[in-house]
Amino acid sequence: MSTRDRLNPATMTLGQRFWQLNWLLILMICSLAAVGFAMLYSAGNGNFSPWAERQIVRFGVGLFVMLTIALTDIRIWLRYAYVFYAIAFVLLVSVEFAGTVGMGAQRWIGLKFFHLQPSELMKIALVLALARYFHRLSLDDVTRPTHLLFPILLVVAPTALVLRQPDLGTALLLLMGSAAIFFLAGVRLWKFVLVGLIGLTSIPVVWSMLHTYQKNRIMTFLAPESDPLGAGYHILQSKIALGSGGVFGKGFMKGTQSHLSFLPEMQTDFIFTMYAEEFGLVGGLLLIALYAAIVIYGFAIAMRSRSHFGRLVAMGVSTTFFLYVFMNIAMVMGLIPVVGVPLPLISYGGTAMMTVLIGFGLLMNVYVHRDMRISRYGENSDS
Amino acid sequence: MQPEKLRVKAFGRRAAVLAGAKIALLGGLCGRLYYLQVLESKRYQMLADENRINLRLLAPPRGHIVDRHGAPLAVNVQNYRVVMVPEQALDVQETLERLNTIINVSEYDRRRVLREARRRRAFVPITVRENLRWEEVSRIEVNAPDLPGISIDVGQSRHYPNGDIAAHVMGYVAAVSEKDQTGDPLLELPGFRIGKNGVERQYDLALRGTAGNSQVEVNAIGRVIKELERAEGRPGRRVVLTLDADLQRFVTERLSSHRRAASVVIDVRSGEVLSMVSIPSFDPNGFNEGLDAKTWRSLIENPDSPLSNKAISGQYAPGSTFKPAVMLAALENGISPDHSVFCTGFMELGDQRFHCWHKHGHGLVNMVDAMRESCDVYFYELALKLGVDRIAAVSRQLGLGTLLDIDLPGESAGLIPTRAWKREQYGKPWLKGETLVAAIGQGYVLTTPLQLAVMTARAVNGGYAVLPRLTRETIDDGNDPIDVTAFPHTGISKRSRQLLMHALDEAVNHPRGTAYLSRLTETGHAIGGKTGTAQVRRITMVERESESGVRKNREKPWRERDHSLFVGYAPVDRPVYAVSVVVEHGGGGSKTAAPIARDILREAQRRRAPGQLALEGKTQ
Repeated sequence: MSTRDRLNPATMTLGQRFWQLNWLLILMICSLAAVGFAMLYSAGNGNFSPWAERQIVRFGVGLFVMLTIALTDIRIWLRYAYVFYAIAFVLLVSVEFAGTVGMGAQRWIGLKFFHLQPSELMKIALVLALARYFHRLSLDDVTRPTHLLFPILLVVAPTALVLRQPDLGTALLLLMGSAAIFFLAGVRLWKFVLVGLIGLTSIPVVWSMLHTYQKNRIMTFLAPESDPLGAGYHILQSKIALGSGGVFGKGFMKGTQSHLSFLPEMQTDFIFTMYAEEFGLVGGLLLIALYAAIVIYGFAIAMRSRSHFGRLVAMGVSTTFFLYVFMNIAMVMGLIPVVGVPLPLISYGGTAMMTVLIGFGLLMNVYVHRDMRISRYGENSDS
Repeated sequence: MQPEKLRVKAFGRRAAVLAGAKIALLGGLCGRLYYLQVLESKRYQMLADENRINLRLLAPPRGHIVDRHGAPLAVNVQNYRVVMVPEQALDVQETLERLNTIINVSEYDRRRVLREARRRRAFVPITVRENLRWEEVSRIEVNAPDLPGISIDVGQSRHYPNGDIAAHVMGYVAAVSEKDQTGDPLLELPGFRIGKNGVERQYDLALRGTAGNSQVEVNAIGRVIKELERAEGRPGRRVVLTLDADLQRFVTERLSSHRRAASVVIDVRSGEVLSMVSIPSFDPNGFNEGLDAKTWRSLIENPDSPLSNKAISGQYAPGSTFKPAVMLAALENGISPDHSVFCTGFMELGDQRFHCWHKHGHGLVNMVDAMRESCDVYFYELALKLGVDRIAAVSRQLGLGTLLDIDLPGESAGLIPTRAWKREQYGKPWLKGETLVAAIGQGYVLTTPLQLAVMTARAVNGGYAVLPRLTRETIDDGNDPIDVTAFPHTGISKRSRQLLMHALDEAVNHPRGTAYLSRLTETGHAIGGKTGTAQVRRITMVERESESGVRKNREKPWRERDHSLFVGYAPVDRPVYAVSVVVEHGGGGSKTAAPIARDILREAQRRRAPGQLALEGKTQ
């Protein structure tokens, strides 16, 4: 028996928990953030202002929040999962009334010192709420459709609100992240197929409800070269930037597409493009490999956890993270429509970074408490 | 614990599937990256370069135009203009007002700049005013610290230092119009000018040169970041004209007291045009920056049509200056110079009476007498013997009635009538009376001043069919090898030509000659020539028989006065220069055109380079 196993997770001191943290994961997270800083420095044409310096401060704050969450007792998150969900939901509703319009959509709540994006919080809260719900269900319970009504409601309500804003990217993230948790909880495959079919048949209805800019984005995705100066401009320029980067890239701060402003939003949604233009295929593959390593790490932590809640949280969080990565990179490569999803830890922006770091905090929390068994009713059953 | 174990197992399976799917999807992204950055890389690299590299044309400086001695006739001058870059000017309106206290900026210009500043991108310079005087430039430079975004820019604009002297030969340059576009991107450069008339148009391609280009890196909104490569163009070629600028000026000034006139001086041995003047003239400098509507209208609506080059496009009845052609036709067709006619002042043909200009008749005249005194009746007789077609044949050999292909746009062919021509044109037979009228250069006969000069040159240069031209290869250093025999011969016999030259000599230098008062007495500079008076209007029977008789020209309104013409050459014994002078409504040829021609020939001979004379001496 190792030293670790001899510790009773329920009675670990803060210091003991600290040494239980997963330092390799933290190193990888910091590496990604460092790549982000470098790219924002490049985007600022060799200046820390306006982007890199602020991103560093945010990351510092986020890192602190992440570590704090990692060291809290996991049972708090189980106990208050619905409360967090309720808070996030209320904030989301309030956006409808008090939200300020930013980027053509009502996504932000203006607090005194910073803007809050409740839909980002909801991504975490939803994972927690679903994890808590399925934590209590046995495999038999899951097969009963009546038991799925409540979690479906948990998913549909915020998704509908986010769609109303309208924020297609976040809605997709919520939907797909939740679907992953449903899948992991043991929901039968034919149910997914059924929902998929219902979704397909309702496409015309949804289409008619979409905003013009959303319709344009989808049309642009389907035929980007048809209108190179109009709606297809972003995707086309992004592909040109990627393609012209070649195998070894144009060199740090030498990306012509990005530095001559042909590439739109290079510091946010299209930062991967800029990175791959400057560092080429080699750099791109390395970055994707780093992301893959983190995704695998999430899987490993989930498999290692002895509580179902922990397993679901770990997989849920790492799936959300994966979805960010995949949707962003696929989008800038012209594989899916431009839905406005940032590249986690690298894109400039506070709220997405905070969401991801809170998520990693929870992931590490699961790791710290990996040996703690939690009964289906929330009590430590290991003592 | 059994259900818990099952749940763990199911979760493990499904989590592995999910993780596998994630890795597969990330692998898919890697594949896409490979496709874009390796397989399609070449194409995208090209597109990226197309994005960032802009080709800018560099306008070549337009070639200069100089006269035969190298004196500048058309040059490029620095055009100082004040430009403003709105993004540096902070407040465009205020900067403009401040600029207005330093140099005058019209209300119109200020509003235009404000409008352009709103429409264009903030880093694109806007021209506030062009053609600044040097003093204005220095005032702006001194005040530069108070004028953010204002700078002085130097461009080139065409300048004709001689102004309206030779304007018709030079033509002018102006902005490229829609129909001038040929697809040459040079023509689309803002501010580019092309030749619109005269030599500027005729030799536009040579004068234009070839554009250079500069490859610049631009950003997405078109701002230039840096220059990558620069290829200088080839400047336009210099064009050397055959004109003598000083002679041109002299002729222009000599003619300028008349309302409409034209004159051409050519070198009889080479066809080189030494001066070509059309009155009234215009200032070609105005076209460069675009004329305002008022000036343009006044040029277009002026009844004296200052824009047309009367020397090559004005078609005039030659009057008696046509008689040399008729005389050559007579001699070439076997009529003896001793053939005599008794002039009674008129000739009757059928029921029509054809008058001589001399009311009381010249009495008995032979061919030389008739030319000297310009007896119309004698030439009526010749015409009847020859018929119009024989006259036309020799006229054509002398260059009348055809295009001479001078290197200027807008040349007219004139008209030498024949029987066939009239049948074709009017479907009617030729009338004998028309032959009589044609023989004294009236009726259908039309010639341009250029043709009259060429006719004279061919008659006196040994009979070679010289063609007029306006450009030469090199600047005249007095050693030009001149070989008139390079031109084909007209076929007119030496005897005929010598008899004609004798008659033209007498017309000026014999006391009974019509141009005796316009003779030159300087040794070796004597001239020969022929006067001409062309009626603008038929003299009616009533007027001729009225108490006062035919009205004198000065009694008539200007519009009804005769055209005054003269063709001449000098020196009379070894001709070098041929001249034609046409003064519209100038009255009698001997009174108006002959003295002008004399002065021109005197000036031309005086200006002859000493080297040229020496050379001629050697070839003797």
